[in-house]
Amino acid sequence: MNTTTQDTDATLDPVSHDDHHHDGPPKGIMRWILTTNHKDIGTLYLWFSFIMFLIGGAMALVIRAELFQPGLQLVDPNFFNQMTTVHGLIMVFGAVMPAFTGLANWMIPLMIGAPDMALPRMNNWSFWILPFAFFILLSSLFMEGGGPNFGWTFYAPLSTTYGPDSTALFVFSVHIMGISSIMGAINVIVTIVNMRAPGMTWMKLPLFVWTWLITAFLLIMVMPVLAGVVTMVLTDKYFATSFFDAAGGGDPVMFQHIFWFFGHPEVYIMILPSFGIVSSIVPAFSRKKLFGYSSMVYATASIAILSFLVWAHHMFTTGMPLAGELFFMYCTMLIAVPTGVKIFNWVATMWRGALTFETPMLFSLAFIILFTIGGFSGLMLAITPADFQYHDTYFVVAHFHYVLVSGAVFSIMAAAYYWLPKWTGHMYNDTLSKWHFWCSLISVNVLFFPMHFVGLAGMPRRIPDYALQFADINQIVSIGGFAFGLSQLLFLAVVIKCIRGGEAAEAKPWEGAEGLEWEVPSPAPYHTFSTPPEVK
Amino acid sequence: MKHWLYLLVGIFSPTLAASELPLNMTQGVTEISNQVYDLHMTILLICCVIGLIVFGLMFYSMLNHRKSKGAVPAQFHESTKVEIIWTLIPFLILVGMAVPATSTLIAMEDTSDADITVMVTGSQWKWHYKYFNEEIEFFSILSTPRDQIDNKAPKDANYLLEVDKPLVLPINKKVRFLVTSEDVIHSWWVPAFAVKKDANPGFINEAWTKIDKPGTYRGQCAELCGKDHGFMPIVVEAMPEAEFDAWIAGQKQAATEAAAQAEASLSQTLTMDELMAQGEQVYMARCAACHQPNGAGLPGVFPGLLKSPIIQGPVGDHLDIVINGKPGTAMQAFAKQLTAQEIAAVVTYERNAWGNDTGDVVQAADVSNFEK
Ligand code: HEC
Ligand code: HEM
Ligand SMILES: [Cu+2]
Ligand SMILES: [Cu+2]
Repeated sequence: MNTTTQDTDATLDPVSHDDHHHDGPPKGIMRWILTTNHKDIGTLYLWFSFIMFLIGGAMALVIRAELFQPGLQLVDPNFFNQMTTVHGLIMVFGAVMPAFTGLANWMIPLMIGAPDMALPRMNNWSFWILPFAFFILLSSLFMEGGGPNFGWTFYAPLSTTYGPDSTALFVFSVHIMGISSIMGAINVIVTIVNMRAPGMTWMKLPLFVWTWLITAFLLIMVMPVLAGVVTMVLTDKYFATSFFDAAGGGDPVMFQHIFWFFGHPEVYIMILPSFGIVSSIVPAFSRKKLFGYSSMVYATASIAILSFLVWAHHMFTTGMPLAGELFFMYCTMLIAVPTGVKIFNWVATMWRGALTFETPMLFSLAFIILFTIGGFSGLMLAITPADFQYHDTYFVVAHFHYVLVSGAVFSIMAAAYYWLPKWTGHMYNDTLSKWHFWCSLISVNVLFFPMHFVGLAGMPRRIPDYALQFADINQIVSIGGFAFGLSQLLFLAVVIKCIRGGEAAEAKPWEGAEGLEWEVPSPAPYHTFSTPPEVK
Repeated sequence: MKHWLYLLVGIFSPTLAASELPLNMTQGVTEISNQVYDLHMTILLICCVIGLIVFGLMFYSMLNHRKSKGAVPAQFHESTKVEIIWTLIPFLILVGMAVPATSTLIAMEDTSDADITVMVTGSQWKWHYKYFNEEIEFFSILSTPRDQIDNKAPKDANYLLEVDKPLVLPINKKVRFLVTSEDVIHSWWVPAFAVKKDANPGFINEAWTKIDKPGTYRGQCAELCGKDHGFMPIVVEAMPEAEFDAWIAGQKQAATEAAAQAEASLSQTLTMDELMAQGEQVYMARCAACHQPNGAGLPGVFPGLLKSPIIQGPVGDHLDIVINGKPGTAMQAFAKQLTAQEIAAVVTYERNAWGNDTGDVVQAADVSNFEK
């Protein structure tokens, strides 16, 4: 299939686009394997991410089942550690990041009036190497000695000298994930810089596009750092180097510096696109323009820049010099300022709007509140003396799940509901989607809120068994965990029903929605904007 | 609606009050831990207030600015003045927060002028304490019986938070900790002192505390350190200085006696049964975490000891790996951790348990000869 020739021979007005024979997708499995179409690739990414979400979720349920009661019941501690490790890796690299890339693929060309991504063949490649990466990672669990068991942060020397034999597979799969992300990021940048429709000036870009552009730069800057650090782990373990081994002149704490130099920007990679999504949805259902568009752009950029200056806030207990601790404490506190600006702007957008509460809006509102709670605990963690007590306890687990699950994942759900009519041409089942929302909202809080308490009371993270005073709360948390997990099956049901049928969606199903994506029919035709639209 | 609320409150308040659920950070028993607690409560309060305002406004808007209530959207979408205000106010709040945080942090990092120094060394999965200038050192290992962990026996009150030999410290003295590790990274954490310091292999970290109240304080390793990371607790016994001095004297006495006994054991010959009984004890306490109680190991992680060539082979090789360990693996050198007697017993045990049946008997003297 050759997109370029098709694009040039068809001068199609996207709105009155009719089904030319050669414009539809080819049939069968080869359509998906060979596709260079941004919508197909977006769909692939989104399904892949959802499957990974379920697999990673199943692992989380193994963890929560073991922690339902004190004592060792179901799994041995070594397997428990593999579950926490692979759960973390899958959720970060398999669920959240590919979901955002899927949304970028689908929506960025539609939002900027481009016919496709700038580098469609690389786009295909960057998706199709991902299943292999995760196949390798998951199959390492079945090796003798088991898969990675050193936490998703793979601190040396636990992952080097003391790591399992399968570490090479872990390293290889992280390399592939990194290459995929870098290719995806290059594609996003090239597309946004070069393929905006005439009149789509920088300060007219939808915020989703802005936040993704900035995310893509973060990715290009930090994924090579991750690749470097896994390679050092590889050579330390198998080729007798000693980057992280004091006996050979290395330093295990250096591992942490390099890892978190990647790791902190990485957490912003997982939240900036959410900011963009929420900034599209809240104005749509408030029927009012986004408050402070330009300050949103500047806040995103300053968060991205600051995110390179705070990495050692994950390492306060490693024994940094006082000056280092102070510097990283101040910078981390500073990051709360632009984050606050975003939240205030969303609230101001709602203020005196005309609100309605369709499911995308519900998820976005939940996002704002719950993400803010995660931001508060982040601020608490930034206070170094207090972090000495919080660090590596369930308080941190609560913090990052508030920002990642009720933050990033909720925003992805919001995006899915918002754009499903555009993707499938059908409205989703409203009742079922409301059930999905309310079940998720309640269970996510039953799951993660009490974790603050056990963490403060002194329960360390990454342990398979715990002292008796933590028993009651862990039981509540586990119940919340299973409820949240089951609630996501409702989402699966909604999506499948919506693909199969349902009320036909108009080109613009949401009264207050704005943007070029709503000017093409629903479902969006296989090729859109072959002639660029004019943006006024 | 009201009834429903009463019902909820009725159900929850007695259970909450009666269960004494631990819900907040401990205030601890040192000046520093109290300062940390105050910092924690202050920032929590600030967050709650900001949260109430922001969420209050949001809910007000959600309730009153609904389309279904006939709301007509306003047109404003920018105000430089407002935006500057809500950038500046949080900034000032943060500056206000940073001031007490900085002074607490400076105090926490000041390890000078300590009265006592204790070296804390983590290794998979136990702590080792060494009192400087006192020639006292010992390992501190989880003492919760395996049966409780496996749910075969009821769990007692300090389940997983109890050790065979706690660290003993005097109150009202500045104690400096030098923290390091023998293998992977561990983290020494006692919440009541607000001390958490990573134990990094090859490097030494410093921390300090000054305990106000006598008592028993419990903590846990806080950095993932492998399979039994959840099973290496810390217990500190804090006592008045006089009692502490008496304890030190007792320990010194015990150390001399132990040395004499170790010397005497070199000329003793134990029977196979005696060695096997003692060996089993040592094995279960010190080796079973990795090699498993049944000697089968964890394939691919820790080798099994059944029919292993080292165990079936010459005694010397077996002694060598137990005494000197194997650098670059999780197999530690046990020469300093166990007495010659214990090593003899555990080696005899391994060579004869689980159907290994080599019939070899190793005596303390053999071990000490090998070490020479
Ligand atoms: C922290 C985990 C750990 C503990 C505790 C431990 N070992 Fe080991 N042991 C190992 C590892 C790992 C090896 C494999 C070393 C290698 O790669 O050759 C090993 C190897 C051995 C071997 C050689 C087995 C063979 O066939 O190669 C013997 C014998 C042994 N250990 C005895 C002991 C005894 C006795 C104890 C208790 C006093 C003990 N180990 C405690 C981890 C441990
Ligand atoms: C106001 C903004 C934020 C601040 C001030 C903040 C601060 C912190 C701090 C200090 C830690 C280290 C805690 C410790 O280990 O002791 C931490 C951990 C973490 N944060 Fe945040 N954070 C913020 C927002 C976010 C966001 C937006 C995300 C992701 C979407 C995120 C994800 C994480 C994760 C995953 C960890 C734990 C990493 C690990 O140890 O495995 N945080 N945060
Ligand atoms: Cu961070
Ligand atoms: Cu540990």
